[in-house]
Amino acid sequence: MKICRVQESVVSTVKHPTYEGKTLYCVVELDEVFKETGKEFLAVDRVQAGPGDIVLVMQEGNGVRQLFGIQDLPIRSVIVGIVDQVHTS
Amino acid sequence: MKLGRVTGTVVASTTYEGLEGVRLLVVQPLNTALEADGPALVMADAVQAGPGDMIFWVGSREAALAMVPTFVPVDAAIVGHVDRVGSRDVTPAFEDRG
Repeated sequence: MKICRVQESVVSTVKHPTYEGKTLYCVVELDEVFKETGKEFLAVDRVQAGPGDIVLVMQEGNGVRQLFGIQDLPIRSVIVGIVDQVHTS
Repeated sequence: MKLGRVTGTVVASTTYEGLEGVRLLVVQPLNTALEADGPALVMADAVQAGPGDMIFWVGSREAALAMVPTFVPVDAAIVGHVDRVGSRDVTPAFEDRG
């Protein structure tokens, strides 16, 4: 899983039916000291995150399909947690 | 999953089994600032997109799952049209449509 910062929401009306009712955000990947790595992608929100939040993003299709309980789900990145603190030695 | 802008179409008369009738489009991946992010890719289209459209797409195995029937040989698929990113309207102007 990756630590990311939520940037902006993405509004889409015409989409694959499995994306109906799901919130999509642009997120930027961070390192362990919350510095941006420059990688940006989209992620579906499962934890009511919002712009500016530091979140945990899962990028594994099979895990996502288990999470939503749907076979053949074309979603890869899901926000699965809101990060409060990261401690590194 | 990433943002992208459709820039063209691809015609392939001979394709592998399962890819017949699948629309193939050239897409420029974009970052949140809507700047080009990496080289253009050919993608299968699951949502009737066309040149000029702002879209979001998914890669690898999930791309095949977006197509009907699943497990067609694709590694990137367009799964939605994007209307707005944050407060920015990103729908193409009428004259920009292909």
